Amino acid sequence: MFGLLMYGLTLLTMIGIYGVLTLALNLQWGFAGLFNAGIAGFFAVGAYTTAILTAPESANHLGGFGWPPLAALPVAMLLSGLIAWPIGRICLGLKGDYLAMASIGIAEIIRLVFKNETWLANGTMGISTVPRPFESLGQPWGNAAFLLLVVLILVVLYLAAERAWASPWGRAMRAIRDNELAAAAIGKDVVRFRLEAFVIGSMVMGLGGALSAMYFKFIGASATEPLLTTFLVWVMLIIGGSGNNRGALLGALVVWLIWSGTELFTNRLPAEWITRSSYLRALLIGVLLIVVLQRFARGILPERPPRRID
Amino acid sequence: MAEFINLYLLPGVAVGCIYALGAVGISLIFAILRFAHFAHGDVMTLGAYLAYSVVIALGWSVYAALPFAILGGALASMGIDHVVYRPFRRSPGIIVVIASFGVMLVVRSAIQLFWGVDILSYETGIRRPIPLFGDIRLAQKHIIIIAASVVIAAALHWFLSRSRMGKAMRAMSDDADLARISGIDTEKVVRWTWLIGGGLAAAAGVFAGINTKLHPSIGWDLLLPLFAAAILGGIGRPYGAIVGGLAIGIAQEVATYPWLSELPLVPPAYKNAVAFFVMVAMLVWRPTGLFKGRVL
Amino acid sequence: MVGGYGGMDILNGVDLAVEANEIVVIIGANGAGKSTAMKAIFGLVQLRAGSVRFDGQDVTGRLPNALVGLGMGYVPQERNVFRNLTVLENLEMGAFLKPMTLARMLEQVFTLFPVLKEKARQPAGELSGGQRQMVAVGRALMAEPKLLMLDEPTAGLSPLVMEQIFERIVAVNQAGIGILLVEQNARQALSIAHRGYVLATGRNRLTDTAAALLDNPEIGQSFLGG
Ligand SMILES: Nc1ncnc2c1ncn2[C@@H]1O[C@H](COP(=O)(O)OP(=O)(O)OP(=O)(O)O)[C@@H](O)[C@H]1O
Ligand SMILES: [Mg+2]
Repeated sequence: MFGLLMYGLTLLTMIGIYGVLTLALNLQWGFAGLFNAGIAGFFAVGAYTTAILTAPESANHLGGFGWPPLAALPVAMLLSGLIAWPIGRICLGLKGDYLAMASIGIAEIIRLVFKNETWLANGTMGISTVPRPFESLGQPWGNAAFLLLVVLILVVLYLAAERAWASPWGRAMRAIRDNELAAAAIGKDVVRFRLEAFVIGSMVMGLGGALSAMYFKFIGASATEPLLTTFLVWVMLIIGGSGNNRGALLGALVVWLIWSGTELFTNRLPAEWITRSSYLRALLIGVLLIVVLQRFARGILPERPPRRID
Repeated sequence: MAEFINLYLLPGVAVGCIYALGAVGISLIFAILRFAHFAHGDVMTLGAYLAYSVVIALGWSVYAALPFAILGGALASMGIDHVVYRPFRRSPGIIVVIASFGVMLVVRSAIQLFWGVDILSYETGIRRPIPLFGDIRLAQKHIIIIAASVVIAAALHWFLSRSRMGKAMRAMSDDADLARISGIDTEKVVRWTWLIGGGLAAAAGVFAGINTKLHPSIGWDLLLPLFAAAILGGIGRPYGAIVGGLAIGIAQEVATYPWLSELPLVPPAYKNAVAFFVMVAMLVWRPTGLFKGRVL
Repeated sequence: MVGGYGGMDILNGVDLAVEANEIVVIIGANGAGKSTAMKAIFGLVQLRAGSVRFDGQDVTGRLPNALVGLGMGYVPQERNVFRNLTVLENLEMGAFLKPMTLARMLEQVFTLFPVLKEKARQPAGELSGGQRQMVAVGRALMAEPKLLMLDEPTAGLSPLVMEQIFERIVAVNQAGIGILLVEQNARQALSIAHRGYVLATGRNRLTDTAAALLDNPEIGQSFLGG
């Protein structure tokens, strides 16, 4: 019974963290039509920032600043935003493919830095002493409290995203997404609007990374693999319904349930298959992405025009 | 000086050839289908593993296996286009990019499932470098990579400038609507584009495997320099991509030379950062590339 | 034909017919839908109603390259040459569907437009406007069409070159090819044509023989410069 409760808490927390990431991607892709192929990079910056600021002093990596976990969150967001800004400045006036190529590049460079600069974050071994808020409450209360924190953040983000969607800002963003030339012709500063969406979205991705580092109490090379961040988040958004904040959240829920559900199943396979099963799951996720794009490109909850809120 | 040429410049040319072969495909695909093909690196990986299977099954040298890898990469790319990308012909390019994300995932995990994740090698044996003249020596694998790339590039040039299909490809890249109006079977052109892009990618993958070792992310690791090469040469310009590939390959190797002190100027682990730097510099300075590609 | 771009109808009911061996001219004010009508015939604009028939066959909604195979040729108003291809390569692309007839057709096109032979190895983008129109017409002829559709082939050309182009069009017609011609230079166009259509706001306004249209005072006012 206790095990089941802990499993449920883990599941919900993970869905919450992915929900943060998909809302962020929806801001970039769903609102503004920006293709960010480097989610893993912004995620990593947020996660490592939090780890370095909050983990206890260690000879293996930079640290010992002793920041309280929650104070690290804004810094994690700020740094992610600072990295997104120049990339956005350079690419957002160009065709979308350029942003895709540059963002996959920046993610790759960030991965290289954290992997090779062992003084910074202990290289591939990573940092495994990241404190989690409310830990001192013990299990399951500490976990429940952390889940509550994630849900709280998610609710705030969701409400903000919904407001933004219905606001003049969101309307301008969609106009630019759907017809850049026409939007520019009526005097919208296309690059500035896009830059806002890109930077804010990347900051929220950094926030997602920070929450994930706290939850796992660990950040390392394996946690910033593009598969678990960039790819999975894209699949979640497309399946849930891009351009719809609820769709984004639903996508995170559905895809994470599938992802962890197949894990339960594949763990029962014979031993030599278990190692391979993770590749099988990645393959299925890839197929799912393609099929959904081809058949149900609008996702489970398609985009709809905002309700008027004035 | 000899050390610089032997250990930095000439290997840089060999790496540049690998990039050139990959980047040409990316540029061709962009010229015809107007999207950045993210799964290109994984097609390279596929080619490298196909050659490995031929080497193991038939006991051949990897060089003899190369044509099979090229054929396999070409057919696989055409098949992927047929199944995955074809329904998106009228969609905005960026949707196809997302689909190519999916392909990337599928191809890579299929390779991991089928061939495993261990680091493999073609076992070409250790051979002494061959003296060219004076102190200048060239590793045998580099000679073969460079020579084969030159042959392939010449064949490509012949194809694009002389053959009917090659000209149709350039016509479609110039103006796809006009190509259709002229009676060109554009779907056929698209099929040829994948055959050629996929074949070249497979060759590049095999050469990358010869140059280092074989592992499932060998192509993914090259994706960034390939994009950098394509952008440097002007995306959509196959000849520009050849120049871009060579330039990026040489720049990456030469940047690790100890120019200023005892230590490499750029640590070898950061070679890809050189490519990224060139890519960003181009996007700032001249997004259309050295040879004025399309887009913007 | 009824149809347009996206949701909006540009063509609200246009009827056109060309008999074999005939030169037919379409005139109309800017934005009347002349180019759109041509595109609609050639399967480049979705039709909401109506049909396109060629040689007794219903070809509505066929793909452009299929129409070329059936014997229709089309030279669009803008972007009608491959700028980065040489003149020779441009012409070869016209014969893409029939590589066997390439040599014979090249000779015919070079006889019709001798300049093109001189410029054969030059990129088409470097040619003058008139020469570019010749490349475009030549490219369409390479597929041995039975019907040639030309959208303002003389736009922006000097009177002398314009004269030359019209004369070549007549020569093409005399070789047995039907011609559907959209023209701003209505007087010259009508003087070589058998029949003419006047379009206004996506509809047929007038249909008559070329001679009758030339004499029509109303037409004279709006299109023939008084
Ligand atoms: N691609 C397009 N998308 C939407 N509307 C278009 C497009 N092309 C043309 N139009 C509109 O369709 C209408 C008819 O245009 P069309 O080009 O057929 O006119 P036209 O008679 O050929 O004029 P012109 O003499 O200037 O060539 C115009 O109002 C034009 O703005
Ligand atoms: Mg017109």
